[in-house]
Amino acid sequence: MALLEIEDLRVRFDTRDGVVKAVDGVSLTLDRGRTLGIVGESGSGKSVTALTVMGLTRLPNATVEGRVLLDGVDLLRLPGDDLRRIRGKRVAIVFQDPLSSLHPLYRVGKQIVEAIQAHEDISERAARARALEALREVGIPSPEDRLASYPHELSGGMRQRVMIAMALVLDPEILIADEPTTALDVTVQAQVLELIAELQREHGTAVVLITHDLGVIAETADEVDVMYAGRIVERGSLRSVLDGPEHPYTWGLLQSLPGATRGRRLHPIAGSPPSLIAVPAGCPFHPRCPYAFSPCSEVVPPLVESEPGHANACHLPAATKREIGLGLRTGRAAA
Amino acid sequence: MTEPLVVARDLVKHFPLSGGALLRSRQVVHAVDGVSFEIASGETLGLVGESGSGKSTLARLVTRLLEPTGGQVLYDGQDITHWSARRLRPLRRELQMVFQDPYSSLNPRRTVGAIVGEPLRVQGIGTRAERRRRVRELLGVVGLNPEHYNRYPHEFSGGQRQRIGIARALITSPRLLVADEPVSALDVSIQAQTLNLLEDLQEQLGLTYFFIAHDLNVVRHVSDRVAVMYLGKLVELSPADELETKPIHPYTEALLSAVPVVDGAHDPRERIVLRGDPPNPAAPPPACRFHTRCRYATEICRTVEPPLVDHGNGHLAACHYPLNVSSPAIALAASSVAA
Repeated sequence: MALLEIEDLRVRFDTRDGVVKAVDGVSLTLDRGRTLGIVGESGSGKSVTALTVMGLTRLPNATVEGRVLLDGVDLLRLPGDDLRRIRGKRVAIVFQDPLSSLHPLYRVGKQIVEAIQAHEDISERAARARALEALREVGIPSPEDRLASYPHELSGGMRQRVMIAMALVLDPEILIADEPTTALDVTVQAQVLELIAELQREHGTAVVLITHDLGVIAETADEVDVMYAGRIVERGSLRSVLDGPEHPYTWGLLQSLPGATRGRRLHPIAGSPPSLIAVPAGCPFHPRCPYAFSPCSEVVPPLVESEPGHANACHLPAATKREIGLGLRTGRAAA
Repeated sequence: MTEPLVVARDLVKHFPLSGGALLRSRQVVHAVDGVSFEIASGETLGLVGESGSGKSTLARLVTRLLEPTGGQVLYDGQDITHWSARRLRPLRRELQMVFQDPYSSLNPRRTVGAIVGEPLRVQGIGTRAERRRRVRELLGVVGLNPEHYNRYPHEFSGGQRQRIGIARALITSPRLLVADEPVSALDVSIQAQTLNLLEDLQEQLGLTYFFIAHDLNVVRHVSDRVAVMYLGKLVELSPADELETKPIHPYTEALLSAVPVVDGAHDPRERIVLRGDPPNPAAPPPACRFHTRCRYATEICRTVEPPLVDHGNGHLAACHYPLNVSSPAIALAASSVAA
């Protein structure tokens, strides 16, 4: 059985402007020790999916349907107290902006100690020792001194290390990292990604890495889910998705990436992502899709496997998709 | 060779760090510390660097939104280093900026027409009707609907707002566009649209670009030449196509290796992970500022500052141990250090 199984997840928010369909029928699985990359642009629903797993979308204006099974237990139906015992302990999350995730007025050490004591009956002294060990493990120099630091005294990269230390100090089975390196400089990003991979190897943690950056996915993920307008439009192993992408949205993303060559024309996706209040009928991507034909505006394409472990949600004939996807790969290699 | 449009000579900008009320600290941040380069008419010079490298300060020195502490800025042969705001005003038509954040760089209470037309109004160009016509024309040029003249910024998406910022910058028909992180707040697909737009505009209008970004892929894509900054210094200046194949400065090498690439995962390159954080710009390391994180550093790097040396083909770098260069160039570098 998979460690985490999400079945037909739907998350809607009632707002003054209308109902926002943030997640619209997402199913995915995560196995122990693996890294699942979820890639998508703003409004694709990738963060809301993660927040819902953490029970952080239990809001008065939110409707959540479907199942989120952790080892077979549906987190969506757990009472708040039971969920709190899991959140942080078995499933931990790291957000994009460590400065707004850390409390500005408490010392770093105190915050990690609190996180430990929220889940374990353990003395302050023992918790401090664990916190120290965690800071050391994430590579923070002179960790004893850093325990007494306030978040503003640390650099962005160090803060993100503190967040990772806090997330991993309870040895969770799943680490959800939501754009963990987006606010960081590229050399610091490389450090943090390496750190996550290293900790994962040592602890066997399963990682869900959410990002808009296909490059980050390419260097970290085992499997990839590509999301658009609240749905998964393509899924597969890293190499199958990057080398033989099958969905026109994935093609568009890949062709939008600036490469090394000056003057090589980019082929961006036309238009902008749809409003989640008025998602287009049929395939949500059809208004921007250069390949759209008659069924696309009427019938929602289901996510169907083209080969074992590689699936896409697109009405185009399989042969056409394969040909275009492989062509892209060759085009990129030639460039 | 034609006269360069922009010449920066040994540019320096220091910002005083105001200490507490009692401790009047004399500390200064050396945001830009002796930077020289030229931008030829019609070319795109890219500038890449991480936070604290001084790249945004450099952009503001070139556009004279800031006054340099030392050095010179020449625009079209004129020394504008210490020109007053009043004297600069006519020049502002020719020299425009596009900023990163399409949300905070547009006044939310003014219509798009008023925002885009503002530079013309300030400059006293044209009648109201002429300005209105020009604004509509520019909205069309950047791919927005001219009928949206009376809408407000919040009615547009991030990508559309960046187009509004570009239209505003272009309305006075500038020759030089300085773009500071123009696409870094945008989604990948919108980023690509904006990059294509900037490319088209350059071709149609014969613009010269000074393009600043932290994203090396973006910079390489748009630039003819790329300058790399580290802690207030130019460490490398390279033809764009040579940067990836033969980086000379170890910082550039590390930067290239840190950029995640979609197609590189097949043959995992040796990933150079830099040790430690970038140093505090208020207290940069002596001599070569990169030596604290450099894997090739030796004693000389801690004591002698390496000069920016031309290694041929207009490819410059400031390093005692230049990578990917033939030995005569190294000898040259060594001799100029000794001199």
